[in-house]
Amino acid sequence: MNNLILSNSIRFIVLVLLQVLIFNHIDLFGYLNPLIYIVWVFLFPIKKNKNLILFTSFLLGLSIDFFSDSGGINAAAMVFIAFIRLPILKAILRKSDFDYLLFNLRTISFDKIFLYIATLTVIHHFIVFSLEYFSLSDFTTIISNTFFTSIFTILISILGIQLFVKKTK
Amino acid sequence: MQQIIYFFRKFRNFLLFLLLEILAITFTIQYHSYHTSKFVNSANLLTGGFYTKINSINEFFLLKTENKLLIEENVRLKNLLDKKEINYSLENYQVIDSTKYFQKYEYLSAKVINNNFTKRNNTLTINKGTNQGLTSDLGVINSNGIIGVIKNVSSNYSTVLSILNSSSKINVRLKNSNHFGTLTWNGKTHTTTQLMDIPRQALIKIGDTIITGGKSAIFPEGINIGVIKDFNFENNQYQQINVLLFNDMSSIGYVQIVKNLQKNEQNQLEQNTTNE
Repeated sequence: MNNLILSNSIRFIVLVLLQVLIFNHIDLFGYLNPLIYIVWVFLFPIKKNKNLILFTSFLLGLSIDFFSDSGGINAAAMVFIAFIRLPILKAILRKSDFDYLLFNLRTISFDKIFLYIATLTVIHHFIVFSLEYFSLSDFTTIISNTFFTSIFTILISILGIQLFVKKTK
Repeated sequence: MQQIIYFFRKFRNFLLFLLLEILAITFTIQYHSYHTSKFVNSANLLTGGFYTKINSINEFFLLKTENKLLIEENVRLKNLLDKKEINYSLENYQVIDSTKYFQKYEYLSAKVINNNFTKRNNTLTINKGTNQGLTSDLGVINSNGIIGVIKNVSSNYSTVLSILNSSSKINVRLKNSNHFGTLTWNGKTHTTTQLMDIPRQALIKIGDTIITGGKSAIFPEGINIGVIKDFNFENNQYQQINVLLFNDMSSIGYVQIVKNLQKNEQNQLEQNTTNE
């Protein structure tokens, strides 16, 4: 249990630093910056009690906001995907009740993982860009930004999960 | 009573979700309105100090371009000095009486420790704050042009509302005539901004220089901004004028902060006039 808390705290700090120091400055094609900190929601251990994930996701989003001067944009999007994570996972895995303790992303087949990550990423990015532009006249820009940044984020987060998450715990 | 407690128990996740979401949206709305003091910004001790550490490493790689800028600025200033000497030799040479002469602008230097330019609303963080005499609403420039206006100040750091921001509106004018306009940004690329409200009487050409207007109390008049890249003239009006910036907003090292020493006087006078 202590081990779990320690590893998650380290992951929290590492994700904030990675996002703020490296991924906010990539500027691929001049404007694409992947938002890889949402890996936090993908990897957070699944429990019946959802309060902890909501609260920690809010904190993580707010930390990113502090560093990138963006109000509460990232916090709002993070809380939203943290809330809808479990229903989406249940719908994708088609199980009403699964093993909460032994949940590990690497043990599930790749296409299901891809669907799970892609859905959450697109929803998250859509909220982030809508709140950032904050006007209906920029709708096409919001959609195109969501689409291209999502591709980049999904690619990097799946690579990261494959490389750094152990198969058995 | 029992029912209420049961209700809270049943929906406590959803209620927490709502609470956090409302909190985040409140921060977002505050961030979109220009003049409310906001809580989430990078001008605090933790983020500011952190960015300073990282910047001291990044700075090393930018020494070359920074030196080039300094040399260019030195050359420009030396040329200005030499122009002055010609005037001194003339007969109608004026002595400035220091008791009657008031300095209007004061310049301070600062270092940009965080810069973004790819988002819709961009801000910069600089390494000076109230301890060094900064307040909000001061202009920030460098040798190539204007950069933005200071928004939030903490004791040692400040955030700068970049000209690449949806709430940035800067009074500018054409260099070759006295037609004023407003500089805004549509969020597309960081090299071009948009010029609005230019009266249709103004004759503009591609390549015309845009400078600061000096109408507001923030920027002195005549700081270079950019040149007109293209424009379209429809229905007897200028629809969109794109301005190519002299400044490369993606790489900004050291900046100067303009402090208008007569700002209060001007603002007070203007306020009195409108109140009458």
